[in-house]
Amino acid sequence: MLQITNLHANVGDKPILKGLTLSLNAGEIHAIMGPNGAGKSTLGYMLSGRPGYEVTEGAVTFNGQNLLELEPHERASAGLFLGFQYPVEIPGVSNVQFLREALNAQRKNRGEAPLSGAEFLKVAREQATALGMDMDMLKRPVNVGFSGGEKKRNEMVQMGIIDPALAILDETDSGLDIDALRIVGDGINRIMRRPDKAVLLITHYQRLLDYVKPDFVHVLADGRITRSGGPELALELERDGYKELAA
Amino acid sequence: MNDDMDIKDKAAWDAAERVADYEHGWSSDIETDFAPKGLTEDTIRFISAKKNEPEWMLEWRLKAFASWKTMTPPDWAKLNVPPIDYQDAYYYAEPKAKPKLGSLDEVDPEILRIYEKLGIPIAEQKLLAGVEGGEDGGLPQRRVAVDAVFDSVSVATTFRAELERAGVIFRSISEAIKEYPELVKKWLGKIVPMHDNYFATLNCAVFSDGTFVYIPEGVRCPMELSTYFRINAENTGQFERTLIIADKGSYVSYLEGCTAPMRDENQLHAAVVELVALDDAEIKYSTVQNWYPGDAEGKGGIYNFVTKRALCQGRNSKVSWTQVETGSAVTWKYPSCVLNGENSVGEFYSVAVTNNYQQADTGTKMIHNGKGSRSTIVSKGISAGHSNNTYRGLVRVAPNAEGVRNFTQCDSLLLGSLSGAHTVPYIEVRNPSAQIEHEATTSKISDDQMFYAMSRGLNTEEAVTLIVNGFAKEVLQQLPMEFAVEAQKLLGISLEGSVG
Repeated sequence: MLQITNLHANVGDKPILKGLTLSLNAGEIHAIMGPNGAGKSTLGYMLSGRPGYEVTEGAVTFNGQNLLELEPHERASAGLFLGFQYPVEIPGVSNVQFLREALNAQRKNRGEAPLSGAEFLKVAREQATALGMDMDMLKRPVNVGFSGGEKKRNEMVQMGIIDPALAILDETDSGLDIDALRIVGDGINRIMRRPDKAVLLITHYQRLLDYVKPDFVHVLADGRITRSGGPELALELERDGYKELAA
Repeated sequence: MNDDMDIKDKAAWDAAERVADYEHGWSSDIETDFAPKGLTEDTIRFISAKKNEPEWMLEWRLKAFASWKTMTPPDWAKLNVPPIDYQDAYYYAEPKAKPKLGSLDEVDPEILRIYEKLGIPIAEQKLLAGVEGGEDGGLPQRRVAVDAVFDSVSVATTFRAELERAGVIFRSISEAIKEYPELVKKWLGKIVPMHDNYFATLNCAVFSDGTFVYIPEGVRCPMELSTYFRINAENTGQFERTLIIADKGSYVSYLEGCTAPMRDENQLHAAVVELVALDDAEIKYSTVQNWYPGDAEGKGGIYNFVTKRALCQGRNSKVSWTQVETGSAVTWKYPSCVLNGENSVGEFYSVAVTNNYQQADTGTKMIHNGKGSRSTIVSKGISAGHSNNTYRGLVRVAPNAEGVRNFTQCDSLLLGSLSGAHTVPYIEVRNPSAQIEHEATTSKISDDQMFYAMSRGLNTEEAVTLIVNGFAKEVLQQLPMEFAVEAQKLLGISLEGSVG
């Protein structure tokens, strides 16, 4: 589904990714772990097309398509979703309005008919309920006045409504208490643990992986994958730390 | 976070150079009957004669003209306007061959086609097509009466019969001058005095047509009243005149929407709107203004010098101004409330968008003379391109006005790094019991917001439109339903190409 080959990328003039190669197949969940500043968030932004992130070498294909030549909204329409580490506030725009416009924009780009208000609300209500979020929150402005945990949960509601083929989740576990962690973990499994979907989980900690079992774990350090393995690698990291591995 | 300050706003910067095309840039073929070019007493006599006006009206116009010749244009606004040659313009134009019509069905299809192109709200189109109600069962059914002002002359008035049953008078001002001279004489020039300012005085001399509304005591106007203005003839100044009188305990909601075709030469517009609300009366006046703003280099566009003022004369009277200003090369406009009545209420809700080389200096005056009078001002300025957008407001509390309250909020949103936002609030309080609050913010559309919206599937324009509409929401939600939808689209259209 996603094939990253020898990816080099700069932010401004600063090289962040230095030859990253990674391959995700449908039905797989991959976890990317690594120390601060290793380039984990950059990878997420790169893949979703954030302006200012410049690819200097390498290639990325998504379902056979050259991902790098697509605009961010085209990547979204192609089925890629980025769960933000710091979800952004949009004052005055309700979650419902935001998501309905976003979803219908994606559908339009794919040549599908837009959802009516009623159809959309049905989907939105299902997803919000499944994530323990009440409908009133969906009517509030996007992320405005939300706690850290609510913002992350809201990202998962968005993911549920948009129903992407590939989700890149950037530290979705940070800022969550134990209960919220379980709810979010269950959400990821429910929405994304399917034979036709894939997930790239970017995280510092093992704890999310207790709820979302990865098929593969990779260590990202200094802009490239330094180690790959199964779920046991995450436990090893938790025990020994990144320093040990980098050495 | 991986933000890098160097990349901030680069996209907006680049796109500020891009051209925004004017969606409503077209013109029509309808023949025009011109007054001779230039402005003399003869011009004024021509206009007055064309309209078969009574002698008192002509005298009033001539008196204004004599004053105007001694006046000079105001220069205090933050506007850069080249000198206007008032002799190099036409002061009267009307569509030809127009017998008075009973309904819009009889209107020239060319005119209806233009209205359709302007996107007259669906509810209205349904009504025009004879379909009452609509598919949106959840919404209250709305009824809108249209007094269509095409160029300078009222072409037709719909729903007149129903309004008349309610006792509402809804006429072109030319008709009202002839049919209701006493009412017109009583209030015309009483809210905006003849010598109020250069542009208002000019309007007194040469006003072409406009709207007159009278809501009798205790009547709630059974439908929204709506006028669509169009500037259609090249080199034609537009001098609309509107007078709305809400008698005791009455209510009316009035909508004014405008757009104009693309022209190379600047067009002057100097309208005067006078509102008066007596005891317990309420007037809600909403405007969407989308005149041609000039091209991306700042060439052409409408000069819009408007005087709008409301007299809240009665106890508990209320006037609410809501405006969405996206068009015109130059906007000079301060819809105001003179709050004479005890416990009277004035409101001003404004969104002003400027792009490319547009200039807007707009705001309000809330003059508190009545005890316990209250006012609310919410101004949202959005500047893009090389434009300048100024909020200028005055809150004045008279010595005898006990217990006055005002709340003012001025928010500015900047797109790109070449545009300007300015806030000039004047507060003059002469009574110590007054409570005055003023809040102001200036912000930019952040790269974070843009990327967040785009990562969910919105393209650049859609993302800008969404964020800007969120910024302006408090004002937009004051608009009647049909206008709100139109206005939301308009904000997006006006900012096309401003972020890329």
